[in-house]
Amino acid sequence: MGQPSRNEPHQYTTGVPEFELLSIGRDVWTSKLLAGSIAFLLSRDYSQGKEKAFDIGPRGIQVGVIALVMHRRHWLGLAAIAPMVALESRIARIGVALPSNAAESTAWVNARIVTAAGPVIERGVLIVQGRSILAVGSSDQVQVPAGVKTIDVAGKWIVPGLVCTHSHVGGVGAADGSAPIQPGVRILDSINVKESGFKRALAGGLTTLNIMPGSGHLISGQTVYCKLRYAGKGPSTIDDILIRDADGHPLGGLKMANGTNSQGDAPFPGTRGKSAFLVREQYIKAREYNAKVVAAKGDADKLPPRDLHLESLVEAMQGKRIVHHHTHRHDDIITVLRLSQEFGFRVVLHHVSEGWKVANEIAAAKVPCSVIVIDSPGGKLEARDMTFKNGRVLDEAGVRVAFHTDDWITDSRVFNRSAALAVRAGMNRDRAIEALTIAGAEMLGLEQRIGSLAPGKDADFAILSGDLFSVYTRVLETWVEGQKAFDLSDPEDALYAEGGQGAGFELNPYLCCFGQSWQSGGAK
Amino acid sequence: MRTQTNRANRKKWYVIAALATSLSWEMADSANAETVVVKGKKIHTVSGKSIENGVVVCVDGKIVSIGEAAGVAIPEGANVLEAEVVVPGLIDVRSSVGLSGILNVDHDSDHLEASTPLQPELRAIDAYNAREELVEYVRGFGVTTVHTGHAPGELISGQTLIAKTHGATVEEALLIDGRAVCATIAESSQKSGKQSPGTRGKQMSMLRSLLVEAVEYRTKLTKAAEKAQAKTTGDSEPSDEKTESKPADAAEIARNLKLEALVAVLDGKKALLITADRAQDIASALRLGEEFGIRIWLDSAAEAHQLLPQIKKAGAPILLHPTMARASGERENITFRSAALLKEEGIPFAIESGFEAYVPKVRVVLFEAAVAAAHGLSKEAALESITLAPAKILGISDRVGSIEVGKDADLALYDGDPLEYTTHCVGVVIDGKVFAGESR
Repeated sequence: MGQPSRNEPHQYTTGVPEFELLSIGRDVWTSKLLAGSIAFLLSRDYSQGKEKAFDIGPRGIQVGVIALVMHRRHWLGLAAIAPMVALESRIARIGVALPSNAAESTAWVNARIVTAAGPVIERGVLIVQGRSILAVGSSDQVQVPAGVKTIDVAGKWIVPGLVCTHSHVGGVGAADGSAPIQPGVRILDSINVKESGFKRALAGGLTTLNIMPGSGHLISGQTVYCKLRYAGKGPSTIDDILIRDADGHPLGGLKMANGTNSQGDAPFPGTRGKSAFLVREQYIKAREYNAKVVAAKGDADKLPPRDLHLESLVEAMQGKRIVHHHTHRHDDIITVLRLSQEFGFRVVLHHVSEGWKVANEIAAAKVPCSVIVIDSPGGKLEARDMTFKNGRVLDEAGVRVAFHTDDWITDSRVFNRSAALAVRAGMNRDRAIEALTIAGAEMLGLEQRIGSLAPGKDADFAILSGDLFSVYTRVLETWVEGQKAFDLSDPEDALYAEGGQGAGFELNPYLCCFGQSWQSGGAK
Repeated sequence: MRTQTNRANRKKWYVIAALATSLSWEMADSANAETVVVKGKKIHTVSGKSIENGVVVCVDGKIVSIGEAAGVAIPEGANVLEAEVVVPGLIDVRSSVGLSGILNVDHDSDHLEASTPLQPELRAIDAYNAREELVEYVRGFGVTTVHTGHAPGELISGQTLIAKTHGATVEEALLIDGRAVCATIAESSQKSGKQSPGTRGKQMSMLRSLLVEAVEYRTKLTKAAEKAQAKTTGDSEPSDEKTESKPADAAEIARNLKLEALVAVLDGKKALLITADRAQDIASALRLGEEFGIRIWLDSAAEAHQLLPQIKKAGAPILLHPTMARASGERENITFRSAALLKEEGIPFAIESGFEAYVPKVRVVLFEAAVAAAHGLSKEAALESITLAPAKILGISDRVGSIEVGKDADLALYDGDPLEYTTHCVGVVIDGKVFAGESR
């Protein structure tokens, strides 16, 4: 079959068609599945308690599903797996049960609360139960139940954990220089969770990142959405910070780029026309590939040989993978809209230096923009008309706007600055707040879980010393899923917040294949 | 409520900004003597006390009077500008603006000549583009003076100049040509090429060898001058900062532009600006200065916080690189608190835009001073670090850096706290000419 990785319970590919699961070569792979399951379960550290349990829950279900698929022929296999599934389920239940205990709840009172879901609450209460928000509102409306730990944060601001739709922290390196189109390459296979960029992101109040490959390719691979679960000892592996769907699959998008970054010597394209052609060619191939998959109706003999690259593009066309598209110049932006319409992929435009020139066209296409804000324009020809006004103009034209750090292009610790400089250029403050939070969440398809402070949502928030848009404001604490992941009063965290001996990046991202040399600028 | 107030303020200041803009073309075009009056709800003179509801009167490009509105007569026919906050025109203590351009392509990149590693003879005046869009860009945030020139990246990359951020030609913009010679003690100048050093040891050996050569050249020049002196009774003009050290008797000693530039360094007429970030490299820079008795300006200095007593003892000022720079490579230990730490130690420093090969290539000193102010430096010291402090380091504080009678009429106007993210620069005055504030 040549596709063993697909059958393991902790595989990462999203959007696995159900029929493919059924097409597993059961006779051959059952024993490997069992061994893998056991190894997987044994490798988990259950002592870490409820937070971990939430990660494991869906895996248990996954193992169970696979077991059920096979149970008719392999009763023994089922018998072996069942106790493990039961164990996982039990732990997951404990995780759910614990938060309902009032002792596990905390209320922050007297804060100025920016919910990003409604008006600012001047004297607000935020109650967190376990990993979720139980209640948020003004102190008149929300009563703190007896026995709930209460923290007075008068004079402070509470904002939703900031969402960065475009980050390169983690010393990432995805697609290499071998080809301009590598959609099957996964960034999650390259992330070093111990890299200090994550700590710095927390110091900026960020809680969710879309970690992306670089823009040196037309299609540089799969991105991954991460939660900064750095409370306590922090993550051991990438698994610990992934955001998963209900089936346990890690969530992420697909990175694409056009303009000059993705041009280069063959096999890279040398022109914009060739760039678009190469992309269209691949999507058409993917479309034909998928037609074959559908036509096979699960018949293993009729299925085409599995192609990880095309599969990734199929997922984009099916809406399972949002395309995050690097683009600067106005005509390149329009090219993205054209491709998106031809192939029906859901797209977020990233950087969009000249978005302000085609704001109405972007608005008409109902495509959101994730905008970068940099101190000075230029850095390369296609970004020379970059302006602080971009966010305002796009917003006023009716385009949904988020900002991003592009860390390490800009520093996550001052992510609020991107929106503040847009406010400087006239952007509405409320929209600028949304652009750091809920708008970004929408662009990752995660708005039901994160991005604003509302009951039932993940308890991701930051406590600030003051106005989100003031240079003098410091992030005091960052909470992720109800756990404190950054505390400025902790000297180690403060080191990452301020810099100093030992605070630097352990690894630079590998952002392959820019046309220009590093010395003369390169550029992003 | 806060938002509404801000909006009302903003509208008001937009009107003023628009006024300033409309004035600017008129005034900038006028070559004649003019009188500009700037009223400020708060005037930060930097050299002295701040003035509430103050007025600055500028005539013929110089500041002629300063004081509270009630006590200063406003000349008839003057152009009157108003702003919430008025500060001295900002000074960028080290940049590559004007040599490197907005496009960042070969066409507009003249900041680094990579053909050989030792070129102290390259003059900034031959490379500075006064009409470069980036010059206008930084001016829009209040920068009126730049110390700019050849970038780090070669062992000795060339010289710098000091210019005002206006003028159609470099001559019009120029304050001082050849202010410093730029050296780089860092990995960026280690290329292991045919001529370039490949190690730190080799780097220092090459620098020392060239300086030794310059010392010998100077000795020859001195001897020749003494000889010439003996022959004639006429005394020569004392050289000022704009002129190179020249052999008194050109017939006897062939001119060597490379060594002439370094003789100027040995004579203290030019500073040796050394870009170094690692503590180890900073120490090497100080050692070099001590060996040759030359004035060192420490540039970039990400790890200065590791060597505060040594730097203080050496008396070297710091041209501090933007701390928003990427904390990677040789800058891995950079800290937002650098400026505060230098201030606490009593080391003279100023905040620069510096040079970065990667975007954002040009940072804005106003924004960097703000970050310093948010991390332990007082607002007053932050403002000083981009006005009077750089003027003193650069040796131009008789002309610029503070709002004082007799100094150049260089002012930056803001609609609020200049360091705050959401404040706007609403106008700039340079040599009494009015320019628009930020437009992007």
